[in-house]
Amino acid sequence: MRYAAPTTTREAAALIAKAKGRAFVLAGGTDLLVRMKIGTIEPELVVDIKRIPATQSITKSATGFRIGAGVPTAAMGENNALKKAWPGVVEAANLIGSDQIQNRCTIVGNLCNASPAADSVPALIAAGAKAAIVGPRGRRTVAVDKIVTGPGTTSLKKGEFIEAITLPRPPPRSGDAYLRFIPRTEMDIAVVGAGVSLTLGPNGVVKKARVTLGAVAPTVVLVPAAARAITGTRLEDVALAKLAAACEAACNPIDDMRGTIEYRTEVAGVLARRAAKIAYQRAGGN
Amino acid sequence: MSEALDTREYKVIGSRVVRPDGIDKVTGRAAFGADLNLPGMLLGVVLRSPHAHARIKSIDTSKAQAMDGVYAVITGADFPNASETEDPALSANVMAREKVLYHGHAVAAVAATSMAIANAAAAAIEVDYEPLKPVLSLDEAMADGATIIDEQLRTAGADEASDTPTNVAQFMRLDRGDVEQGFAEADVIVEGEFATPTVHQGYIEPHACVATINEGGQANVWCSTQGHFDVRSLAAKVLKINVADLRVTASEIGGGFGGKTTIYLEPVAIVMSGKARRPVKMTMTREEVFRASGPASATKSRIKIGAKSDGTLTAMQAWIGYEAGAFPGGPLAPGLMCVFAPYNAPNFLIEGVDVLVNKPKVAAYRAPGAPQAMYAGECMMDELARKLKIDPIDLRILNAVEEGSTATYGPKFKAIGFKACLEAAKAHPNYTRQLAEGEGRGIAAGFWFNAGMQSSAEVHVNENGTVTVIEGNPDIGGSRASMALMAAEELGIPYEQIRVIVADTESAGYTNVTGGSRVTFATGMAVIQASRDIITQLKERAAATWGIEEELVEWEDGHAVPKPGVNADVQPLSLADIAGNAGRTGGPILGRASLNARGAGPGFSVNLADVKIDRETGKVDVTRFTAIQDAGKAIHPSYVEGQMQGGAAQGIGWALNEEYIYDADGVMENAGFLDYRVPVASDLPMIDTQIIEIPNPTHPYGVRGVGETPIVAPLAAVANAVRDATGIRISELPLSPPRVLEALDAAEE
Ligand SMILES: Cc1cc2nc3c(=O)[nH]c(=O)nc-3n(C[C@H](O)[C@H](O)[C@H](O)COP(=O)(O)OP(=O)(O)OC[C@H]3O[C@@H](n4cnc5c(N)ncnc54)[C@H](O)[C@@H]3O)c2cc1C
Repeated sequence: MRYAAPTTTREAAALIAKAKGRAFVLAGGTDLLVRMKIGTIEPELVVDIKRIPATQSITKSATGFRIGAGVPTAAMGENNALKKAWPGVVEAANLIGSDQIQNRCTIVGNLCNASPAADSVPALIAAGAKAAIVGPRGRRTVAVDKIVTGPGTTSLKKGEFIEAITLPRPPPRSGDAYLRFIPRTEMDIAVVGAGVSLTLGPNGVVKKARVTLGAVAPTVVLVPAAARAITGTRLEDVALAKLAAACEAACNPIDDMRGTIEYRTEVAGVLARRAAKIAYQRAGGN
Repeated sequence: MSEALDTREYKVIGSRVVRPDGIDKVTGRAAFGADLNLPGMLLGVVLRSPHAHARIKSIDTSKAQAMDGVYAVITGADFPNASETEDPALSANVMAREKVLYHGHAVAAVAATSMAIANAAAAAIEVDYEPLKPVLSLDEAMADGATIIDEQLRTAGADEASDTPTNVAQFMRLDRGDVEQGFAEADVIVEGEFATPTVHQGYIEPHACVATINEGGQANVWCSTQGHFDVRSLAAKVLKINVADLRVTASEIGGGFGGKTTIYLEPVAIVMSGKARRPVKMTMTREEVFRASGPASATKSRIKIGAKSDGTLTAMQAWIGYEAGAFPGGPLAPGLMCVFAPYNAPNFLIEGVDVLVNKPKVAAYRAPGAPQAMYAGECMMDELARKLKIDPIDLRILNAVEEGSTATYGPKFKAIGFKACLEAAKAHPNYTRQLAEGEGRGIAAGFWFNAGMQSSAEVHVNENGTVTVIEGNPDIGGSRASMALMAAEELGIPYEQIRVIVADTESAGYTNVTGGSRVTFATGMAVIQASRDIITQLKERAAATWGIEEELVEWEDGHAVPKPGVNADVQPLSLADIAGNAGRTGGPILGRASLNARGAGPGFSVNLADVKIDRETGKVDVTRFTAIQDAGKAIHPSYVEGQMQGGAAQGIGWALNEEYIYDADGVMENAGFLDYRVPVASDLPMIDTQIIEIPNPTHPYGVRGVGETPIVAPLAAVANAVRDATGIRISELPLSPPRVLEALDAAEE
């Protein structure tokens, strides 16, 4: 196995593109190293991207935020501007593992590991996040929803990797939230996750919303029907019931030791409802 | 030894000193099972069965043997015939012979120069299996026409001897009076059926050992164990070697809870070390710990209790089935003996069975058998209180055993603390605190016998008056500190002047395992006796120094002084004075004691649990937990509280989320801490503790064991709280969110 820690994006892309065997990007390593240790993967090349300055910072601009692919999620939790703008994304990233894990792990690693239960992904998709991809043929920007194609697989082409995630600047009177269900309080894998991002009109009515569910299908599900159920409402009970029903209908979960189909489906509706209420409140609704 | 209870004011015991092993443990310096490395050491791995039940047709190790870096490859054929050993089941559990009996059962092992080579060699071993139908539950095992796991097995203790093969290893019954009559006299009867899953102790340190055999055939083993003398005798049985040819040193231990009272890797490492003529280290992975070490039994039970309308019990009946795993030996007897032990029932009938299934052979887990039994019993006591509309603590006080009561399991109780615990619970502010919306409160009682057994101790006086205590119990819960406290109390010197050594099997006198809550009681008693032996000698030395009769000298506050009224013009001699002068008064001073401690005082507890239920997800949060327990005398209160809190944490895990999940082929699906959910720190509230001290009359300071009772009551306390919060009795553990939500949804329909 070879290990490389290049200092430029271009170098990293070239290394990965030229690798003969399986090459992996190393961000926090909290998935990659575990898989190497238990022997499910045996990389020929590991490229650590944390020495590339472009991956190391969170920057704020007129259009929004850019979170480098090497930024540990703990740093997201310490960025007040980001927390204020996208509290749901930050709370999702800060649910991953434990303090120790969050000192290493990244949202890009969470995304590219492509687990159906990844915690930050539903929140990122609800927020309309985009991935800045670099590769041997240059750069492209893709919506985060387009990255994961199934459990463990992504749409990244050979030699490509994600340099950063961008989040738009939220319109006024917006709020987002993410909730997950686990049987414990931490150190667990989401049985169900729900992300909601919404923007209110002047009279406290939901003008625009995005609702996502994690761990209930092979990839994170964006549920437009759930968004429609609350658009034009003030989250009255009827609207919330419709939202929950739409979420339940969108579930296509597996039955496993972490949760039955029935359980996941029922709890998906519950969490979406609760997340919507929190997002609504954060947007200034009451 | 049975000595009159000391009534003096204690100077040292009961204080909260810092344990001597603590700093090394929190800084990572302490040497655990896997921390020993020897020159030329090989690493060993075990090849484990991929089937839960299969016949081994052949094993071909030739490819593995031929690999570079491989020094030993062994199978069952390298061990003495299991049937010719004193413990055939142990032998067959350590290494399978004709059949594999559970997924993960050891079939072969390899020692090589690296883990990579050892794993590759293990993978190159070819085993030809004939898979058999696995028996995966008590009901399956007892059904007519069930697959038989061991053709030779017959039910021990059956009313009528039968020669039909069976999976029921043992039947047992305890009874008194006439239960039918008792139920006929009852105004109220409650009945219920319960089930508990297979659970693991969850000790953090996996099993690990290093074995080395010298050219003369003597073996040295270093390992993580609760009892190195037991490792010595068990390994000697499996290998049919002389115990004198085996020296075992206990490493520091990262938890055991009963699970490290038997052996798995040690004989395998010894055999491979003998073949390779090199030291061999073996360490289980966490997955191996789950699949192949001994968990606690899954159970099924039926309970029926009858009482008069004033709450007086008239009859109690129980049937409890324990899964033994692949070999006989589930904790049937202690479970049956505990189930109704806290109560005076004029009539009772307690029956149960120990049943083979194709799962790992169960091992001890704190108060083996009692948590499962008393979960069922205490849930039904709760139902009885509800039906009678009597406060659940009052119901228990009304029927509680006390000094002089005859226990369900036979003997008459001496002084015990059950009523004192119940009264403390009733008076506790947590019992009357207002519950919030959605919360529920449960109470339950716990009981455990506690053990005495054999212990030895030596006390050496150093030349400057400091003291070394040598004993043979691996220190799990702070016992070095407790031993030092007791020696300090006796000798009248400061705690800091005493060092306690846990010595190996060749350096300490024979001592039973650190288990049965026995160390502070029994080994403590040996330390007290050995210290008193020292005091006798110190008085002799002082008498010799002063030229007076020995009988005229007294030991007071760490000094030899003439008895009051003795007319001698002498200065008191301190321990340091006498030690410094020992060369002139007869040589070094060494005290010792060895004993078989009897009269371990039983432990009782009462737990209060408050829970909050998320009715939309089924998640149960324990919001408050109070453990009240009789410790007899708390030598080191912090470590008694630690036992109570640790037992509560484990019991809450057992109640809420812990369980072995098996697929249809008998493969455990959650063999890791991600999906085998022990509570993490943030899952639990601060566990409030209250130590009750009703002295045990058979110990000089009144000590009772405290290590096991704490895990008994939490299961029912939590289950009763969930019952209180939801109005629904869910009679199967764990009370995991899907199970609770399903019950809530069903109740709504
Ligand atoms: C104890 C523990 C607890 C955990 N708890 C949670 C949890 O609660 N919730 C949760 O969702 N996850 C959890 N995880 C999983 C893991 O921590 C997260 O998925 C984490 O976000 C991964 O980030 P990382 O930077 O460590 O990824 P890495 O391990 O570095 O990478 C993960 C994968 O993504 C690829 N990759 C990384 N960076 C890039 C990039 N820039 N471009 C392209 N591909 C890339 C890697 O090659 C690898 O395949 C836990 C893991 C552990 C060990």
